[in-house]
Amino acid sequence: MEITAIYYLVPALVMFCCGVYGFITRKNMIAMLISLELMLNAVDINFVVFNRFLYPEQMEGMFFTLFAIAIAAAETALAIAIIINIFRAAKNIDVRSLNEMKF
Amino acid sequence: MFSNILIYFVVIPLLMLAGLGLCRNIRQIRAVAVVGSLALIALSTWLLVDYLGLPEEAKTPMAYVDSWVWFEPLNIHLAVGVDGISIAMLLLSSIIVFAGSFASWKIDQPKEFFLWLILLSTGVFGFFISIDLFTMFMFYEVALIPMYLLIGVWGSGRKNYSAMKLTLMLMGGSAFLMLGLIGIYYHSAPEGGQLTWNILEIAKYDSIPHGWQSFLFPMTFVGFGVLGAMFPFHTWSPDGHASAPTAVSMLHAGVLMKLGGYGCFRVAIYLMPQAAHELSFIFLILTGISVVYGAFCACVKTDLKYINAYSSVSHCGLVLFAILMLNSTAMTGAIMQMLSHGLMTALFFALIGMIYGRTHTREITQMGGMMQIMPYLSVCYVIAGMASLGLPGLSGFVAEMTIFVGSFKAGMAEYLAGAGSLKLVFTIIACCSIVITAVYILRVVGKLLFGKVENEHHRELTDAAWWERLSTVTLILCVAAIGCFPNFFNELINTTFSPAIFKVLGM
Amino acid sequence: MDITLPLLILAIPLAMFLILGLFGMKMSHKLAGVLGCLGMGTVLVLSYYTAFTYFFSGAPEFINAANERLQYLVFDQTWLQFTDKLVIKLGFLLDPISAMMLVVITTISFMVHLYSMGYMRDHHGVYEHGFQRFYAFLSLFSFSMLGLVVAPNIFQMYIFWELVGASSYLLIGFYYTKASAVSASKKAFIVTRFADLGFLIGILVLSFYTGTFNFTELTSIPVEGMADVFQVNEGTAETVRSIFQNSAAPTFMGASVLTWALVLIFMGGMGKSAMMPLHIWLPDAMEGPTPVSALIHAATMVVAGVYLVARLFPLYLMEESALVIITVVGAITAFYAAMVACTQIDIKRVLAFSTISQIAFMMVSLGVARPEIHEGLGYMASMFHLFTHAMFKALLFLGAGALIHAIGSNDYTEMHGLRKYMPITHWTFLIGCLAIAGIIPFSGFFSKDEILSACAGYDWVAYLWMSLVAGMTAFYMFRLYFLIFWWKEHKVKEGHHAPHDQPWVMSLPLIILAAISCVAGFIPFGKLVSWNGISYDFMAHFDWSVAGVSLTIAVLGIALAWKMYCKENSLPQKFKNAVPALWDWCFHRFYWDELYMFITHRIIFGCICRPLAWFDRNIIDGTMDSFATVTNKASEAIKPLQSGQIQMYVWYYLVGALALGVITVLCLI
Repeated sequence: MEITAIYYLVPALVMFCCGVYGFITRKNMIAMLISLELMLNAVDINFVVFNRFLYPEQMEGMFFTLFAIAIAAAETALAIAIIINIFRAAKNIDVRSLNEMKF
Repeated sequence: MFSNILIYFVVIPLLMLAGLGLCRNIRQIRAVAVVGSLALIALSTWLLVDYLGLPEEAKTPMAYVDSWVWFEPLNIHLAVGVDGISIAMLLLSSIIVFAGSFASWKIDQPKEFFLWLILLSTGVFGFFISIDLFTMFMFYEVALIPMYLLIGVWGSGRKNYSAMKLTLMLMGGSAFLMLGLIGIYYHSAPEGGQLTWNILEIAKYDSIPHGWQSFLFPMTFVGFGVLGAMFPFHTWSPDGHASAPTAVSMLHAGVLMKLGGYGCFRVAIYLMPQAAHELSFIFLILTGISVVYGAFCACVKTDLKYINAYSSVSHCGLVLFAILMLNSTAMTGAIMQMLSHGLMTALFFALIGMIYGRTHTREITQMGGMMQIMPYLSVCYVIAGMASLGLPGLSGFVAEMTIFVGSFKAGMAEYLAGAGSLKLVFTIIACCSIVITAVYILRVVGKLLFGKVENEHHRELTDAAWWERLSTVTLILCVAAIGCFPNFFNELINTTFSPAIFKVLGM
Repeated sequence: MDITLPLLILAIPLAMFLILGLFGMKMSHKLAGVLGCLGMGTVLVLSYYTAFTYFFSGAPEFINAANERLQYLVFDQTWLQFTDKLVIKLGFLLDPISAMMLVVITTISFMVHLYSMGYMRDHHGVYEHGFQRFYAFLSLFSFSMLGLVVAPNIFQMYIFWELVGASSYLLIGFYYTKASAVSASKKAFIVTRFADLGFLIGILVLSFYTGTFNFTELTSIPVEGMADVFQVNEGTAETVRSIFQNSAAPTFMGASVLTWALVLIFMGGMGKSAMMPLHIWLPDAMEGPTPVSALIHAATMVVAGVYLVARLFPLYLMEESALVIITVVGAITAFYAAMVACTQIDIKRVLAFSTISQIAFMMVSLGVARPEIHEGLGYMASMFHLFTHAMFKALLFLGAGALIHAIGSNDYTEMHGLRKYMPITHWTFLIGCLAIAGIIPFSGFFSKDEILSACAGYDWVAYLWMSLVAGMTAFYMFRLYFLIFWWKEHKVKEGHHAPHDQPWVMSLPLIILAAISCVAGFIPFGKLVSWNGISYDFMAHFDWSVAGVSLTIAVLGIALAWKMYCKENSLPQKFKNAVPALWDWCFHRFYWDELYMFITHRIIFGCICRPLAWFDRNIIDGTMDSFATVTNKASEAIKPLQSGQIQMYVWYYLVGALALGVITVLCLI
């Protein structure tokens, strides 16, 4: 059996949908952050796969993925810092009760 | 660029702003304001003298015309030029800025206050000197915006509401105006010609299609009419004036409302004669209503500023009314009325501000017998009242009479030509306003100044201080000057209204 | 004629007004008064000189070879140019009536200036508050009135007409702390302003058709061949005349334009001269100081209406109907005012109504004047009566002022029996009463008799009616006289001095005016003033039967008054009880004031102003506010979409993205 792009893309899609579902439904901000990471990783997989199967002689997709991973790491650090600070202030990281910044 | 005298009308206020930035205390701020406004008076007087000495051909259609490119792609220029009317308006503005500076002698946060006030006057002077529609509009907006802050910060009563209302309604007018001006721009030149914003060129080409005129004329007329307090767009005026600080009321009623009337004939009527001829009846009805309606409303109000705001509605209504008569006598009268109303309303608002500053109330029911307490201010108030109700020898009379004679002539001409009696009927109605004006003026004078002292605490109040005297005396002298020597102003203004310049008059 | 003197006549009072108005408070009272008197005295001398020069010098510019008096324009300066043709000029026109008015105004004004030096201070010699202001206003009034009478064009007349109105307003409201004075001044100004509206529209109509404001041109219109008297270019006059005589001249509501213009102009005159129904301000105007009433509201300003009609008289001659209106209005007013005067208690009000009645006499006289009836006797009689009336009515008012000054009240109920205490006042007042009643040889006899002759020549109804009013005049004046000076012994109130005659500054004007009232009737008035400038001998038209009848009626009126009021008795009370309703209506001035109050307060304020103000605040402003409210409401309505729930936003995003995708797909298909 030949491993075609679809074998990679379907799990990535499943991963992305899980991420979306988790982002929408979870109350805990840490869990939302994890869902976000899931989505990012799903997108990273897509980049790599498309690069590998469509334009094997180019490297842009790989590089872009590396960038995305680095930025995801930075973003996670920043997000966790924010969450910790919110927890300090609100004693709570339930996203539904944190709606002070509306209107 | 600086060889043209007109540009200094903008340069001096800008220099004043710069000077204001260097000021350290209130004395220096006052000095800047007074010196600057004196310079403006001197400049406008010099301009007047110089203009009178020009040969006739240099004055037609405008004098000191000059133009500098500002934004090439849209052909926007900083174009300047004046005629007798603009000179009269410049004189009026500089006098009122001068009197206004003295009226705000003891204002809080003087630096910021004068900053906005001077910015406002920059807009006013810029508006009167420019003949490029775009720059005209820009200066118009420059004059309007500071009003919001001046009322919102230094005002009294429901100042936030009033400031918001005034600004939004005037902005609404500007929206119409903007639309109208852009429309004019796109039809400013004949097919294939270079589009232009310059009023003189547009008037020369006279190429706005008839159909477009009947759309653009109402747009521009309403746009400027809002600022001229035309019924039913006048309601910003009572609230705005009631909340505004003294000097702002003076400048607003004295000068800014004149921008409306000035714009109406400089843009709407001057550029679109056919539409003006055909559609004037709609606005004639509206302004005719303004005249009596404002006067009737003023009869029952008890707040001094409301009374004067409604009286302004009535008097400014007369300005627009006379302009729409499309007859040189009435139009001359309209300009005279603008001068006269500017001066006497400024005087009124100055006096009301001074009285309010002492009694802390503007309700005439809570005051009385001011003649015994502050005779100087009361006498000034009586003089202002007499000017307002048209006593000969003061400015109101000559302006109103010129308007009535002109409107009556226009009305009779229309009637005899069998074109209906609308103008005639509304002229008679407008004439009735002289009686109603007498009613509300004398009602206030009788209640506020004469009679018994209503509140015993008022007996301890003082009469006018020297800066207040200076401010009022300046205005009274000007009112009397126009009233006693009207022909000088009449001739200054009248030369502009020839059928050669105003096509609509020849139609 | 030299331009300086006429210029000074106008300039001095104006200068006095400015000096006293600006620096008066820094001067002593006495200085201000003396300055005022000196200024007016100078003007008096100059005016007399001017008038005498005009009448008696015989210079060719004043009188031509045919013995016709000419109009002479001393100067005429452009003031405001409306159009090429319509120009307001300020000038000085000398003609018989303006010269006569110069004499009247300066005489009375000087007397009043002098008299006020005594009147405007209390018994201890302390000057009243605002004494300087009083003199400033008097000067302003004199200036305006002089400017009015010498006006060579109708617009200058209107200008000064407004100025006299304003100075009258200031003087009526002189005691500005008194509420009644304030409202009286307001009323006077507004009522006359309303009348002036008619005047203004009349001027507009007239000037539109004739293209001129000038009296000389206007009045030369009607009669062919009059142009040489008025020194007008016959060509101009011809054009203007043809406009009016053109049968195609436009009509409005059935009347010709000229009728409308003249009636509207007469409306202005009705306001100033207090004709019914615009008379209501004059009785209230008595709130002003008494010298003011004498000057403005008896002798000079209130006759401005008569003067106006006289000025335009040749024009009125063109319109019979306008003259009939004048006659009818005058006749009704004369009778009405005489009725009311019979019942008033306040002596100044009696005099006020008598003034209204006498001015109505002058109006009627103008109304019945026709060139064919006794060669225009009515015109001359009207001017003659204006002259004599000014003198004796000022005398009566100043006498009343002396009484009020002595007693401290306006009501005759507090006077009675004063003849022994105040002999000078008594005798001068009696002369005034005899003059107004029309007893020979006092001045009123001659002027009134000629009015009656003119009426008799016009129509017997008018004659009978006016004779009846003349009888009533005699009755109410002597009622007043007897009630003040006789009736019963004067009771001096406890703690008060007995009333006594006034100081000489007040007595002197009384004596002078009384002397004038005695002899003024013998002035050969027709030689000086006539409607067309042609010297005229009125003794040729003097009718002894008319004179006899009027004298008899006057004597009857006086006798009736003597019977009822000479000694205290119950006749007046009986009379009052016999016709209670009539008496009540007269006493309340036929409820005109109440009617006006109803119209102004209930209808104009209640039904127009207040609803309009409400409409403005709620409907117009409400609409404007509702734009803002709707915007606010809409924004409130969509605000919950911004809930702050991040996960909701993601939902919106997803749904939106899906929807866009679906749309795109659909479009592609």
